[in-house]
Amino acid sequence: MSPVVNAGFPLLTATALLPAAGAVLTAAVPAARRTAAKWLALLVSLATLVLAAVVFAGFEPGGDRYQFVESYSWIKDFGVRYELGVDGIGVALIALTALLIPFVILAGWHDADPLETSSKRWRPTQGFFALILMVEAMVILSFEATDVFLFYILFEAMLIPMYFLIGGFGDRAHSGSDENAAAQRSYAAVKFLLYNLVGGLIMLAAVIGLYVVAGNFSLTEIAEARANGSLEMATSTERWLFLGFFFAFAVKAPLWPLHTWLPNAMGEATAPVAVLITAVVDKVGTFAMLRFCLGLFPEASKWATPAIVVLALISIVYGALVAVGQRDIKRLVAYASISHFGFIILGIFAMTSQGQSGATLYMVNHGISTAALMLVAGFLISRRGSRLIADYGGVQKVAPVLAGTFLIGGLATLSLPGLAPFVSEFLVLVGTFARYPVAGIVATTGIVLAALYTLVLYQRTMTGPVKEEVRALPDLRARELAVVVPLIAVLIFLGVFPKPLTDVVNPAVRHTLSDVRQKDPQPQIQNVEAAK
Amino acid sequence: MDNLIALLIAAPLLGALVLLLGGRRLDKSGHWLGTLLAAVSFVIGLVLFADMLGKSADDRALHQTLYTWIPVEGFQADMAFRLDQLSMTFVLLITGVGTLIHVYSIGYMEHDERRRRFFGYLNLFVAAMLLLVLADNYLLLYFGWEGVGLASYLLIGFWQHKPTAATAAKKAFLVNRVGDMGLSIAIMLMFTTFGTFAFGPVFEASGQASEGKLTAIGLMLLLAACGKSAQVPLQSWLGDAMEGPTPVSALIHAATMVTAGVYLIVRSADIFDAAPDAQLVVTVVGAVTLLFGAIVGCAKDDIKKALAGSTMSQIGYMILAAGLGPIGYVFAIMHLVTHGFFKAGLFLGAGSVMHGMNDEVDMRKYGGLRKYMPVTFVTFGLGYLAIIGFPGLSGFFSKDKIIEAAFAKGGTEGWILGAVTLLGAAITAYYMTRVMLMTFFGEKRWQPAPDADQAPSAEPAAEHAAGAMPHPHESPKSMVIPMILLAVGSVAAGAVFEFAGFVEWLEPVTGFEHGHSPVSAAAVTAATVAVMVIGVGLAYLQYGRRPVPVVAPRGSLLTRAARRDLLQDDFNHAVFVTGGTHLTRSLVYVDHSLVDGVVNGTAAAVGGLSGRLRKLQNGYARTYAVSMFGGTAVLIAATLLMRAV
Amino acid sequence: MNPVNYLYLAALLFTIGAAGVLIRRNAIVVFMCVELMLNACNLAFVTFSRMHGNLDGQIIAFFTMVVAAAEVVVGLAIIVSVFRARHSASVDDASLMKL
Repeated sequence: MSPVVNAGFPLLTATALLPAAGAVLTAAVPAARRTAAKWLALLVSLATLVLAAVVFAGFEPGGDRYQFVESYSWIKDFGVRYELGVDGIGVALIALTALLIPFVILAGWHDADPLETSSKRWRPTQGFFALILMVEAMVILSFEATDVFLFYILFEAMLIPMYFLIGGFGDRAHSGSDENAAAQRSYAAVKFLLYNLVGGLIMLAAVIGLYVVAGNFSLTEIAEARANGSLEMATSTERWLFLGFFFAFAVKAPLWPLHTWLPNAMGEATAPVAVLITAVVDKVGTFAMLRFCLGLFPEASKWATPAIVVLALISIVYGALVAVGQRDIKRLVAYASISHFGFIILGIFAMTSQGQSGATLYMVNHGISTAALMLVAGFLISRRGSRLIADYGGVQKVAPVLAGTFLIGGLATLSLPGLAPFVSEFLVLVGTFARYPVAGIVATTGIVLAALYTLVLYQRTMTGPVKEEVRALPDLRARELAVVVPLIAVLIFLGVFPKPLTDVVNPAVRHTLSDVRQKDPQPQIQNVEAAK
Repeated sequence: MDNLIALLIAAPLLGALVLLLGGRRLDKSGHWLGTLLAAVSFVIGLVLFADMLGKSADDRALHQTLYTWIPVEGFQADMAFRLDQLSMTFVLLITGVGTLIHVYSIGYMEHDERRRRFFGYLNLFVAAMLLLVLADNYLLLYFGWEGVGLASYLLIGFWQHKPTAATAAKKAFLVNRVGDMGLSIAIMLMFTTFGTFAFGPVFEASGQASEGKLTAIGLMLLLAACGKSAQVPLQSWLGDAMEGPTPVSALIHAATMVTAGVYLIVRSADIFDAAPDAQLVVTVVGAVTLLFGAIVGCAKDDIKKALAGSTMSQIGYMILAAGLGPIGYVFAIMHLVTHGFFKAGLFLGAGSVMHGMNDEVDMRKYGGLRKYMPVTFVTFGLGYLAIIGFPGLSGFFSKDKIIEAAFAKGGTEGWILGAVTLLGAAITAYYMTRVMLMTFFGEKRWQPAPDADQAPSAEPAAEHAAGAMPHPHESPKSMVIPMILLAVGSVAAGAVFEFAGFVEWLEPVTGFEHGHSPVSAAAVTAATVAVMVIGVGLAYLQYGRRPVPVVAPRGSLLTRAARRDLLQDDFNHAVFVTGGTHLTRSLVYVDHSLVDGVVNGTAAAVGGLSGRLRKLQNGYARTYAVSMFGGTAVLIAATLLMRAV
Repeated sequence: MNPVNYLYLAALLFTIGAAGVLIRRNAIVVFMCVELMLNACNLAFVTFSRMHGNLDGQIIAFFTMVVAAAEVVVGLAIIVSVFRARHSASVDDASLMKL
């Protein structure tokens, strides 16, 4: 493999640099010109989407594994390189990130506006949008990084803007006093930070360990050396290093029992930031499992699979059951996400092409469907000023469009065929079932539980007699429709025609499976096609 | 011709999209558009049917592949359709009855401000149902399967502001999802066994698979069928589903969607034929449900719920027939079609009665309506005669064949199944006569409509002032005409099928065997007619001779249990709802206290420790100096000790 | 004379100095005790230099003196300014660094 290095326009760097530069510019907009800052951020995110589309369109599924490769020496003494490259999985996730950010910005248009009492010199509005763009830049770069050290830096660095987004811009709809809300918010932000820092710390140890063993940080070189046998690792070393990486990713993903930071963070953050957490930032965790855990430590991955499959199953069932019992809309969505991350991790570690293609698709589809559901929920919450399910009832009567889009978001969450998540969920199930039938069946119960929490949520908030407090709620406005409608359109499109995505993802999955030297289980009866 | 198949689905789908996205502009014309597009689909179906008739029997199947839906390594699901005789039968039933019910709904939903949306949902249903029966692989079938589930959910809960409707809709979806689990697992099993789940290859290869695998697949398919077709043990949602508007009950919960389970089993004939154990379970489920539904139907005073029990029971017949194998498949489908006619007609009649009676559903408050609603009476009556199997009407032909086939199963099983089907026929005659007598005969038992507060009914016609006496009247033309057409179907369909060769029509797809019944066909027919007469007579003695009390008597233990759906719901509630609630509550607690508690506990411990350590920093230089000296001394001591060792 | 005796003396002086640092409150006295400890170290260095027959110890002793001189300058300045601010040369009064 000798991909063309540093040829032509550094597209990947540009895709990440653009939002970063946009973040700096947005932050620099004068305090009084709040609206200009918002528009700037929106335009930058749209421009990033264009660049991501160029990457997506320019990616050749049949070509090299990593494309658009850029490689520059960074810290020579330690062999750290600024090395970028994307495979199909990275391309898909970059597209997801770039797609979601404009909607996150648009949905959060007023989330950081000054309260009436505030002075004119209110700057956080600029900060809010700058931080979102900063997160986008880091996430995109982390999907591109093929240098372990570079990835590690980004993996940790994105915590900083996220911390401020969670802790600094809480949901204004809360029960209890302002101080109480502030305390809960800072609890959530600190919890988010600590969990991820602990994960990152352990990963740092593993990164150093990897350097000691391998002598450099290049994913491609190490993976190749592992594949052709020139880099031997003692079994126990490999396992420890694997665990170090996996722990960090499992915190971020999040996998049971490392999940409890997510409901707090998603509950306290504003809806767009919650989307940013679960739909974008968390995907770095599952993405990294697929790329780094499997690529660097194939044997250890196989060794750990049974335990991880069990944890993923627990996540699926447990997340769904706890979601049913939630009283807070946003926490419910958070637990639903935990259940979905269980599916993603299950698909990755089933180590079949259906499972891993499904898991990659799942990352994309979960991002979009959760964004749709969560953002509509956010619109609803901002109208009524409460996150409690019990405070709603009969909304469909007063705001039918809101209720309709909420239902579609919910149906996507429960993986209704025709909407994108069905494709990925079924692929994960089939892929898992092919290798671990029992796990496949247990995971299938997830589809009943998903229907339960979604429909219970819909029933309690949207149907029934109209509650007095809800009576005056306005329906979705133009800006909000501009957020929801495209997302739903994408959900439906990818639900009936996922080919553009699968075309890109399939070859990458083939490479990943050959990394771990796994073959798909064959059907018991061969040549069925020939019999036809 | 092949390319027309997709159009079949596209027409109602387009209607659904336009109506649901069109907004209020279409409020005035939407229902016409919806009806028109359903009719377009029906016409396309007829064109395809005519074309199909022109071909030789083995050459009739059409295929159309649009594109590859899910292309993944080793896993390929095509957006591919198959139109053979079996799907054709369904296409005509769905679009035909569907169009009639669209027409009916124009009148029935006239006063509902959300009529446009209702038609959008109906069109969505028709599209999904067509997708279900036209799919050429199990995954695409699953798409349609869930699609009809969604449409059913939306339509049962159409009057969402009624908590009962919303709950019923949710329940229907959830119970169906349990069945869907079965379908998912069946598809996964097919994938691991055959490497594909397209109809053709799976059926070709089904002979090579082990019987155990096929039994597992068959049982999972049966689970799916139980969910969708309201068979025991997943039947509990159907009665509640009557919360939906009556046209919905007629189309979805009587004529088409609930029969999807029968379709699934008949479609998978090759799998079931090779898995006799699974077939046996199918017949048992069918037999149990046919009695279960019939018993429930006897006790209900709500006209729609009585009919729902009847639907369950009749589908039990079909499932039983489908479980009999090649001797039964054709008759299962035949009964399905005739049932589609007469049950839809009965439901529409019930809707018409409700329309004239201020949406009263309690049959004890009807009585003597035949004078006020003559057309409804006649059409309902013909449907009634058809369902109880009155000789010459459609139900007679189809049910009689199933009973014959049940005996022909042979051995003890055959006798038991035959007896059960006969018993079912008697109970059918009993409860349908009961419905008929309580509604159209006897003296008037009408009562003023209940206060709007007490019963927040939102049936469209509920605009009558609370407390007003109902003024039974015949329904408008748009409602009456579909009823008449369905009544014609109920009368004639059986004879047409019998003499036009329904068996030969379906045989190339499902296969057919003449069973060897230990009882002669004539004897079965005679027995069927005899039990029917007994059933009718019993009902007449109880409800025709004596006045019907307006308040339901307490009744025997069985009656009371049957009123509560034979306590199945109570069981579900106790086990799944209450148990589930406790489970989720305790898990929420565990999550908060245990999983999170460990983390918070660690944090608290670290915080406490640092609090202790903080006390050492008292700011006195001398204390620091002591600790320095102490530390140095310890270090030196340690160094010396290491040296010594 | 056995040079080890000088080491004993150095240890004794160091101990006296250390005890003074720990016990005395007056900053000046504490300061002098610190000097005492430093000089004890110097004595030890010189003795070791003699015992081992090379000059390293003596050189380090000079270094120590230079550092001690610098330390005296800074230390006295601090003590004087503290005394000006609080009218006390007691080390216990200056406990502002407590958390």
